[in-house]
Formats: sequence, structure tokens, C-alpha cells
Amino acid sequence: MSLRFALPLLVAGLMLAAGAHATEAQHVRASGAWIRVLPGDLPAGAYVTLENTGDQAASLRGAHSPSYADAMLHQSSSAGGVSRMSMVNELAIPAHGKVELAPGGYHLMLMKAAAPVKIGDKVKLTLSFGDGSTLDADFVARPANATSAND
Amino acid sequence: MKLCRTHHWLLLLMLALGSLLLAGCHRGDDVQWQLNNITGHMPDLDFQLVDDHGKKVTAQDYRGKVVLLYFGYTHCPDVCPLTLAQLHVVMQRLGPLADGARILFVSVDPARDTPEVMHAYVNAFDPRAVGLSGPAREIEALSKRYRSAFTREPDRADGQYEVSHSSAIYLFDGNGKARLLSTPSNSQDQMVHDLHLLLSLGTRS
Repeated sequence: MSLRFALPLLVAGLMLAAGAHATEAQHVRASGAWIRVLPGDLPAGAYVTLENTGDQAASLRGAHSPSYADAMLHQSSSAGGVSRMSMVNELAIPAHGKVELAPGGYHLMLMKAAAPVKIGDKVKLTLSFGDGSTLDADFVARPANATSAND
Repeated sequence: MKLCRTHHWLLLLMLALGSLLLAGCHRGDDVQWQLNNITGHMPDLDFQLVDDHGKKVTAQDYRGKVVLLYFGYTHCPDVCPLTLAQLHVVMQRLGPLADGARILFVSVDPARDTPEVMHAYVNAFDPRAVGLSGPAREIEALSKRYRSAFTREPDRADGQYEVSHSSAIYLFDGNGKARLLSTPSNSQDQMVHDLHLLLSLGTRS
């Protein structure tokens, strides 16, 4: 096969391969991202809606941020009249579906702010997914008594 | 003329019935509560704790106020702030009536929740919120009194820890009587509805 034919085929093949191997992060859209800022150095909850536009399921594994020393994926529950928190290893986002990290359920717990976070600040968090891909999103810092991204 | 007299009697009868109904409402026996009615099933409010100004306080200091009692801790990043934020919205919806109520946020983590930490914390939510802390045995006694419990979970690698605690909010009338229990399945509208009633009872008794 001459190079004249082989090159376009190679390029097409590479493009197909790239399409098939698009990362989870490339198919996930983040919206309504916010952080509930508490006084002092108390841990803060971070919330976001994640929509998966891809044909394959994606999974959120965790997050990190230059603004906080640590971030953990957690779930709150109130079964049997008792409020408790548990660690979550991964949160599945179904193909063409979405999950909400919202108060009283899934959330990211952010600990030890590098510098005091002020109300109105945009804090960059890097979300990481099951295949190792990452997605940056700006989280708006909201007051302690906020109940959603824009109340 | 005869017709007029009948009307007159009817009017009197209606007035009499009306005042009977009102009298019933005044006693508060037949109030249609929307939250869980615990009147007569839980003991009166009683505690000796320290408020967020570092002052020793007892339940007596809050007599005359409708009390919303909630157990939690400041290092709780999700459920406790959500509950307090929702209570703040409830207080705002009550308008000036809210001055007759106090949110008592009792720490189940007195080791980390000093009065200073509690002061900054509760005031970030609502000016009518009071942060109560104190000796662990006093907090345990108060928690047990309302058949709730809290458990310190194992330390994480960084030495921090979570505390599991009751998710309920206990409502007391101005005389310190336990009246209502709100759980996460109750709505904000139900809380506002019942607080309106409880606050109007409190001012009459």
C-alpha cells in the first residue's frame, strides 16, 4: 500500500481510537458548584451537579485543590434518626445520566484551607474520575447559612 | 318581625359557638400540629451548660422563649450546617415572631467546641441561635433525657474524627414543656406552621 493511501487511513484510525478512548472527564459536565464556608478553619462541604453526556458510565473518585490540604468524598445519612457520615470510594455517574452532590447527601469535605476563603471567592477544584482523568471546576464560596448554589 | 327574631337568636348561637371554639384554641389541646406531637411523652427542658459567651446557663434562662433544641458539632461539614441553615430560613419566615424563639445548638463534641468556636459558628447562621457546650457528662445527660445518643467515630489518619448524632429537632414551649419533634422527613412549611401556633400559645399562657 502506498503512503498516499496509508497516511489518511492511519489518521482516520487514530481519530477513531481517540474517540473510543475519550476520557470520563471529557464527557462529564459540572454545574452549580459551590462551597459552604464555615468560620475559622472548620471543614467545608462542596457541592456540584455532574452530568455524564457519554455512552459509558463514569465514576467520581475524589478531588483535590490548591486551596485546601485535603478533600474527601463523603455521604451523609440519617437512617434510624441518627446523622452520620461515611467515606465513599467512588460515585457512579450513569451514561447519559447525572448525580448531585447536595447538602444532606453526597459531598466533598474540604479540610485545612491554605488561606481563608472569602464569600464570593471562586475556588478551583480538580475532580478525578475512575480512569484517572481529571476535570477542573470553579466552586463559588457561599455563606454558612446558604442552602443551595443560588438561594 | 318574627323572621328578624330568628336571625337574632341564630347570631347569638353562632357567637356562643365561636367563643367556645376560641376557648378551645386558647388551651392548645385541639391544635392540629403538623410535626410529631410529643406533649406529655418527653420531660421538661432541663440542663446546666455553658453558652457561646462562656457563661454558665440553665434551661430556666430560656423560659418564656420557644426553644428549638438540636444536637450537632462544628466539625460536621454537611448535615449540621444544612439543618442550621434551614432553621435560619424558618426564623426568617416567622418575621418579628422569631424573637420569641431560640435555637439551642448543643455540641456533642465538647473537646473541640469551645465557647469561642461555638460563638463564631452559631452566629454565621442566625442571630437567635445559641451555642451550648460544657462537661461531657452534662451533654450526655441532656441527650439521654431526650432518648438520643451520640457516638465518637474512630480517628482518621489526620487525627480528626466525626461524631454520629441525633438528626431530630426538639421543640419546647415557653414553659419548657416538650411539645414537638421534627425529623428530616418533615418539611420547612410544617415547621413554620407549628412554630406560628407554638409562639401564639406561648404569649397567651
